[in-house]
Amino acid sequence: MPRTLFDKIWDFHRIGQRVDGRDLLYIDRHVLHELHAHHAFAQLEKQKRPVRRPDLTFAVQDHTVATAPGRDENTNPSGAAFIKAMRDGCRKNGIRLFDIDDREQGICHVVAPELGIVLPGATHAVPDSHAATVGGLGALAFGCGTSELAHILVTQVIAMKRPKRMRVRLDGRLGPHVSAKDVALRLIAEVGVAGARGYAVEYAGTAVAAMPIEQRMTLCNLNIEMGGRSGFVAPDDATFSWLEGRPYAPRGRMWDRALTYWRTLATDDDAAFDREIALDCTSLEPQISWGTDPSQVVGISEKVPDPAAIDAGRRAAAESAFVYMGLAPGMPLKGLPVDRVFIGSCTNSRLPDLQVAADIVRSRHVAEGVFAMIVPGSSSVKREAEAAGLDRIFRNAGFFWGESGCSMCAGGNGDRGKPGERIVSTTNRNFENRQGPKVRTHLASPATAAASAVAGRIADVRQLVAGAA
Amino acid sequence: MIQPFTRHIGIAAPLLVDDMNTDQIAPFLASRSLKDDYRIMLFNRHRFRDDGSENPDFVLNKPQFRKAGILVTGHNFGAGSSRESAVWSMLANDIRVIVAKSFADIYRENCLQNGLLPVVLEPDVADAFIARVVAVDGAAPFTVDLLAQTISGPGGPDVVFQIPAAERTRLLEGLDDIGMTMKHADEIAAWEQAAAKAQPWLQTARDRRQV
Repeated sequence: MPRTLFDKIWDFHRIGQRVDGRDLLYIDRHVLHELHAHHAFAQLEKQKRPVRRPDLTFAVQDHTVATAPGRDENTNPSGAAFIKAMRDGCRKNGIRLFDIDDREQGICHVVAPELGIVLPGATHAVPDSHAATVGGLGALAFGCGTSELAHILVTQVIAMKRPKRMRVRLDGRLGPHVSAKDVALRLIAEVGVAGARGYAVEYAGTAVAAMPIEQRMTLCNLNIEMGGRSGFVAPDDATFSWLEGRPYAPRGRMWDRALTYWRTLATDDDAAFDREIALDCTSLEPQISWGTDPSQVVGISEKVPDPAAIDAGRRAAAESAFVYMGLAPGMPLKGLPVDRVFIGSCTNSRLPDLQVAADIVRSRHVAEGVFAMIVPGSSSVKREAEAAGLDRIFRNAGFFWGESGCSMCAGGNGDRGKPGERIVSTTNRNFENRQGPKVRTHLASPATAAASAVAGRIADVRQLVAGAA
Repeated sequence: MIQPFTRHIGIAAPLLVDDMNTDQIAPFLASRSLKDDYRIMLFNRHRFRDDGSENPDFVLNKPQFRKAGILVTGHNFGAGSSRESAVWSMLANDIRVIVAKSFADIYRENCLQNGLLPVVLEPDVADAFIARVVAVDGAAPFTVDLLAQTISGPGGPDVVFQIPAAERTRLLEGLDDIGMTMKHADEIAAWEQAAAKAQPWLQTARDRRQV
């Protein structure tokens, strides 16, 4: 019987069925962050339950760490307790922690793949909804809550109802300055914020095959914004060469053996999906969100909709988004003055994201009155960017160049906008108040964000680069 | 630890929106601590104005809904971040039941983990129930009975809801989720042994730069 890649990974990791009918699925790699882990550590201590596999568990300080140069655990006063509790819990339980001063510290979804902790065909869990980022390497990942985090620490399995299977086919060649971020935003706009609820999503098609691994991670990162807990791309030669030689990846004969297996990780021809969606990306232009959920998106040359023309079920939400975002029906977004630009987060903070932004701001300058910040996804990304001279390009252009962490994505470290500010952000959620009370967030790609920083307005990067903005 | 749930009698408050996300339910407040006040956190930016005073327009601030124990809402409730504080903050405010047209996957799981009953009603059934909730306007309570799988109260007949039998048992008995899985400890160990042979790279995760 032909099987999907999802079925192959699920079936291999399925240990059995629990009394409540849930499948028990083994978790190969468990990655924690400081915002949620302390609750679980406290629960385990109280229940006198040990961590089953500390050797398969990793921990990162990312959500509450300050980004200011020379930071330490006290730079963000409300983060200090989380950072110390994490350190404590990891020491007591024998878990490898990438602490705030570790040279490989960074955002959990950036650090785990770049160190080769995540592998194709492996299962992965993180107490964070963007866990599926690592699906870009062909891993099956689950974002989870704090109780599930404690459950996995003790048992090394997750108890889940088997999700349904969805395939998203993305075909066509992406145009200049169009990236996975634009594809994902368009897809969410088409499918809706709950369109993938209950599904594990496989991304396939020629556009995906042509994407570098970092862009595949951006694509999978945004899977949760259409409601899907897991999303992934089948691994291929690009995946394998990206992984080879990374610190935690297998080496030598074990690498060869793994590679032989990983090459079988594909959906069989004729395997059935519960839902299939196709999107042709050929004529896709840069996309940007106008509203307060990630499905409220338009192309950069388009006008925002008129709520009166939106179907009745979505109209009230659109009307409330217009008020919050300070927009008028039918107006273009392009040209709207921005106060702040943020390039970073688990969505778009890997080295190629920064290179794209650097190429746009080189020999240009951030517009007067705009505060523009770049926060690398990990300390390793930061070091590599500095070795390539990107930090000088950004600093010369007037950007703030920060230490690694989640930063303004959710503002958990104190990096926030001011009330009423309009921000172009490479993050994943434009929810009300997420980047600070009354902050207006427009989600976009690193290229669009960089172009908007230079223009001081929401910009079409293609026009800026052509000298026409 | 999970609180067992059998029956709840309480005021039902209508929060008539779709896609309510966890950034709204449990916002990241400027000052965080290891022991956050989840009572204050719930819908904080909707319940309170900039000067700290209450927003009288928000449903849970209206006199008739201040003690609501049942929240009635639309599609995809609990979208977004996986933060479990979005469930803890409901319980901290004595909200024990959420009736929705649908829930986001992670949020629903977090509800089950904590004994917050997530009731899903088919859209037309939900709309009829919402109409009753709006009409009674907090003047009389509804009873949510997990044993009978019914919601009863003013304005109409009992509403029957579906919930997987195993999840119902788990909520009724307040079963320890970890304990249920630990009954499979032998199978987990056996799987690890088999995987160490079949895919040994999965069972070791070490920095190979350090020999």
